[in-house]
Amino acid sequence: MFDATALNRRSYRAQGIAKAVFCLMTVALVVPVLLIIGTLIYKGGPAISWEFLFTPPRNGMTEGGVFPALVGTIWLVVVALLASVPVGVAAALYLSEYAPDNLLTRTINLAIINLAGVPSIVHALFGVGAFVHFFRFGTSILAASLTLAVMTLPVVIVATREALQAVPQAFREACWNMGATRWQTIRKVVLPNSISGILTGVILEVSRTSGETAPIMFTGATAFIVFLPESVFDQTMAMSYHLYYIATQQTGVPEEITFGVALVLIGIVLLMNAISIGFRVYLRGLKKW
Amino acid sequence: MVDATSGAAPLNGDPGPRYDEAPIIEVRDLTISYGRTPALRDITLDIYRHEIFGIIGPANSGKTTFLRALNRMDEFNPGMDVDGTIRINGKDINDWRNVYALRSRIGVVFPLPVGLPLTVYENVAFSPRLRGIRKKAQLDEVVERCLTRAALWDEVKDRLDSLGSLLSGGQQQRLTIARALSQEPELLFLDEFSIAVDPVTTMRIEDVLKELRSELTIVLVTNLVQQARRLADRTAFFLTGELVEIGATEDLFERKVEDERTTGYIEGRFG
Repeated sequence: MFDATALNRRSYRAQGIAKAVFCLMTVALVVPVLLIIGTLIYKGGPAISWEFLFTPPRNGMTEGGVFPALVGTIWLVVVALLASVPVGVAAALYLSEYAPDNLLTRTINLAIINLAGVPSIVHALFGVGAFVHFFRFGTSILAASLTLAVMTLPVVIVATREALQAVPQAFREACWNMGATRWQTIRKVVLPNSISGILTGVILEVSRTSGETAPIMFTGATAFIVFLPESVFDQTMAMSYHLYYIATQQTGVPEEITFGVALVLIGIVLLMNAISIGFRVYLRGLKKW
Repeated sequence: MVDATSGAAPLNGDPGPRYDEAPIIEVRDLTISYGRTPALRDITLDIYRHEIFGIIGPANSGKTTFLRALNRMDEFNPGMDVDGTIRINGKDINDWRNVYALRSRIGVVFPLPVGLPLTVYENVAFSPRLRGIRKKAQLDEVVERCLTRAALWDEVKDRLDSLGSLLSGGQQQRLTIARALSQEPELLFLDEFSIAVDPVTTMRIEDVLKELRSELTIVLVTNLVQQARRLADRTAFFLTGELVEIGATEDLFERKVEDERTTGYIEGRFG
């Protein structure tokens, strides 16, 4: 009575094959990641030291550290955040909480998705035209950061909108029924319950911003400058561009240093992602419904 | 309520519905449609002060839509098209310039309890704060009074700082009622409030509603005809967007009806 029929056996076999294929694909996904990180640690690990992090490069970048690039990347990321977070969060709030569902908002949503798909080199050229020349910021941290900000805006908007839409509609209706305005509802109920998602989006933006090369190479990054930037109108070194430069443009750089720079760069990105995940787990524990 | 008479028995000092006064809600030729599909057609009815007005009818008969139109929640529903006149206190609701003030005069309780993700205390203090009450002592007083009225105070007085959304379903529903009462409303709308509540709690809430009738007017949408019988002074029967019957609850349950379908629904022959 409980013996498997031929049909049963066939479906079990199909199920087994499907599982094996999916599992194989998952392994294929993990292998390159492990290889990249493993190679970087193996080849670049010996270069990492406090001195490497906190001294400038010397002798045509064949010796010394990455300090000006590290500081430059922090400048670029912070200024880009200052520009993109307020704009992105406000836009997401409008789209999610206020905007009626009509042709205009659907067009804007489409535009945001398309903005996310624009290649970073195109953003770079846009940045040159708009920020370097038209607004006369020159090649500077400001121009580079604004270019990065425009490029990462969709990340902030989409993450924020998703976080807002995860708040149950019933909460909003309950507030509106009590006579609360949309803004009172947002401030007292919607934002406090979506802030974790919004912050996660911001941190992901940081990790993306710190790794981008193309948008900054014509707008504000420079190959070598011994001084640290003092204002947003200075040029700066940056980790990502520094890596590109020593790997392809400069000869005689020891392999150890190149891999060390890559390791620091990926370390920054992974650190940011780890913070983001940790944050999300922590805030999920505080979730109130 | 053990006897066969319908409607809440008048309690001490409760003179009952004011049928001799002007109605608090006047609805004229109300037609509501979502896109091309009409959800309500040509509803005309009056609701009087201090009555419990029951609305019964099967699913999709337009009961909830009717409530939403009354406090202009259609503004939050793109595609919900309201036609006709609704007057509250003699004033067309579309003439209220301050729609937030209109809504704050109407407490609403939903089918599923909505404990806001705030503390129990803040759930009830939410509306008073919107009205600009800041003093702690005053807020304390409102919170205690409303939670007591909603028959919840004894259960939560020691954990006012825990989250309202973590209370049990029945407690959350009473919290929702306390929150509605904290608006100091003139009108209380209950939309199938007992769906997610156990029978004992339902009875406790029903007792609360009977007491509240002396203070405000209640519109009770329910899918339990016996609940309408226990509570409502008058009852309307909605069926697929039409007002089939409206009358004293007692009459409806004693087959003194104009339309046979009413008796059919009440006695469970269809639904």
